[in-house]
Amino acid sequence: MRIVVAMSGGVDSSVAAARLVEAGHDVIGLSMQLYDQRHGAESFGSCCSLDDLHDARRVATALGIPHYIVNFEHEFRETVVRNFVDEYAQGRTPIPCVHCNSTLKFAHLVDRAAGLDAAAVATGHYARVVFDEDRRRYVLRRGVDAAKDQSYFLFGLTQDQLAHATFPVGHLTKSEVRAYADRLQLAVARKPDSHEICFIPNGRTADFVEAEMLRSREGSDLRKTDAEDLRSPEASASGRHPDEGDIVDSAGTVIGRHHGLHRFTVGQRKGIGVTKPQPLYVLRLDPADRRVVVGSKQELGARDLQATGVNWIAGVPPAGPTRVTARIRHRHADAPATVISDGDGLASLVFDEPQLAIAPGQAVVFYDGDDVLGGGWIANRAR
Amino acid sequence: MPIDPQCYHEQMRIYLDYNATAPPLPEVVAAVNQAMTTTIGNASSVHTFGQQAKAELDTARTSVAALLGAESSEIVFTAGGTESDNLAVRGAAEALEPAGRRHLITTTIEHEAILNTVRALERRGWAVTSLPVDTTGLVDPDALRAALRPETALVSVMHANNEIGTIQPIADLAAIARAAGVLFHTDAVQSAGKIPVDVKALGVDLLSLSAHKFGGPKGAGALWIRRGVRLVSYLTGGRQERSRRAGTENVPGLAGLGVAARLAIETLPHREAVAALRDRLETNILASVPGTVVNGDPARRVPNTSNISFEGIEAESLLIALDLEGVAISTGSACSSGSLEPSHVLRAMGLPTARARNSLRFSLGSATTADEIDVVVNVLPRLVSRLRQLGRPSAAVR
Repeated sequence: MRIVVAMSGGVDSSVAAARLVEAGHDVIGLSMQLYDQRHGAESFGSCCSLDDLHDARRVATALGIPHYIVNFEHEFRETVVRNFVDEYAQGRTPIPCVHCNSTLKFAHLVDRAAGLDAAAVATGHYARVVFDEDRRRYVLRRGVDAAKDQSYFLFGLTQDQLAHATFPVGHLTKSEVRAYADRLQLAVARKPDSHEICFIPNGRTADFVEAEMLRSREGSDLRKTDAEDLRSPEASASGRHPDEGDIVDSAGTVIGRHHGLHRFTVGQRKGIGVTKPQPLYVLRLDPADRRVVVGSKQELGARDLQATGVNWIAGVPPAGPTRVTARIRHRHADAPATVISDGDGLASLVFDEPQLAIAPGQAVVFYDGDDVLGGGWIANRAR
Repeated sequence: MPIDPQCYHEQMRIYLDYNATAPPLPEVVAAVNQAMTTTIGNASSVHTFGQQAKAELDTARTSVAALLGAESSEIVFTAGGTESDNLAVRGAAEALEPAGRRHLITTTIEHEAILNTVRALERRGWAVTSLPVDTTGLVDPDALRAALRPETALVSVMHANNEIGTIQPIADLAAIARAAGVLFHTDAVQSAGKIPVDVKALGVDLLSLSAHKFGGPKGAGALWIRRGVRLVSYLTGGRQERSRRAGTENVPGLAGLGVAARLAIETLPHREAVAALRDRLETNILASVPGTVVNGDPARRVPNTSNISFEGIEAESLLIALDLEGVAISTGSACSSGSLEPSHVLRAMGLPTARARNSLRFSLGSATTADEIDVVVNVLPRLVSRLRQLGRPSAAVR
């Protein structure tokens, strides 16, 4: 069977490719170029992403498989990056990886694969997809390695996408993956895991979001008039930061100023810029009046949430309230809850116990044991 | 135990990417090998080993000069086309800058070796005029006439374009520059060895060529500098190449360049064979694949190049699909690492972005056979219709 492997240059997708080759498949490596590589072209700045493409190529050569770089810069910018910036601008905390999986890897890349006569796209995700013969449908399951499980990022996959997806390392632990890479003497066997958002390699998310917001503002100024200045004349006159706003406590009392909602995440404790005897946490971000609401750890807990853009892996929502464990961020230990579909891609969920820092913009993913039932985006809290 | 990376590489392969690089000719390989193993001296050395190396370079220089109708003393050896272009543009710029000549004229369809060198000068405060091209990729001589200024130092216009093969009216353009007392450089990397290139007939002052585009080794090239033209070398070091290009000469590579030049002189009269194969490929593709159109000037182009747009196809996908079938072609310049911006050449010709994105370049050479052309013509319709069936090229976004 001809299979396209999305090769990032990391050890996981390298081993995914190697396993498919060893299983006798006709494997083609594709690496996605997602953002402009040429910044370093004239000044010799080091560029991690070029190194990654180089690593992917070296692995493909070692495996004896064809390897190509496909250019998805335009698609990446228009979907993943734009959504990322828009979300921050609206006081939400986005997860770009989910969009990248749903709209690039398992959409555009699957299309490319089909054009090459490939039956499936493989990635290095720690997750499993199995076909349930009884129910005649695909099941998305956690990876075997609980510490590395990435099923959270894949909740948006449809049955059609799962039918064309394969995760060759989902049955392995990370240490097994590294041992496998070692055994094959792959150059990336000891390469460290990446933890950052790939298009913000220095981890300075706020700077990135500001630069992007400025770009889109300048772009819109060319089309519109000075709407930005009309909206807040005092801001431009005083030269203050255009995204400034108040920091308030949960009673609404102003206790400080901030330089933009995109610098805050629900649950954040450090860097709020206001000192109080007891620790302060970000409780909520109000984009309408640009307020950051802060409070105590007790106030951070909540039991219920609404989800939008819900995808049910089975293709249809479960009938009636369903007992699940739910995860509200990648590093959250999923907790018992009851979820009910409200139709139209909406769902309501109630945890048995209050959970800290339910952040709008993050994904909530519902599990039945190891199986992913579905997931959606945590909605802004009604006030 | 590592996986044995054998099977994929043993597939039958058809090479139609000569404009990226031409496979070295057997005589060239023998000459390089010979120079590498027996001509071991440094050409600057006084002793016999050095003299042998120097003699090897002399032979090569004579052959390259003969290819261009030039004097061998006018040939400066370099490490390839990009270096030759840099030496011409930067060297002329530095020589003329003290006289306040800080304007240069080029075109919108040059190779990156010129475009980015010109940009570097622009950042240094030089004024640059980029001449437009028409829909077939040709520069209008009147546009050059209008662009000349008293402070213009240099005009650089490529002879044949790497992506579409269009041949510029260099003799006309150079005459205009000459009448205005302005230096004229042409990047002949894609024409030298493919069509007759005579520096006197062209009337230029500087001409770049590269060995590996016509069967020579990579990493060897030359800049022809008309006697009397003054350049400032930007590579500082020893006094090799009459102080015009520092650094120990690449004797094996340049010996290979010399042989390639000699062979090109011998085979130039027989280039209709390549043109016939190119036309066979083009005619058959246009006939068997609907929605195809040739880009560039159908008559005024090098005989080995065909640039074709496939409507509704992402060129990148078709390139990969063809490679998986063993057919090597290109979407345009091979030099932009991985990145697939729509070709600046096709955009400059006024083609819409979509058409620029779905164009492929077939470039043939001396070893191309009619059988190979027929294989390509046979395989293309199937691949194109498979890609078109997908029907959602990259617009589907949830």
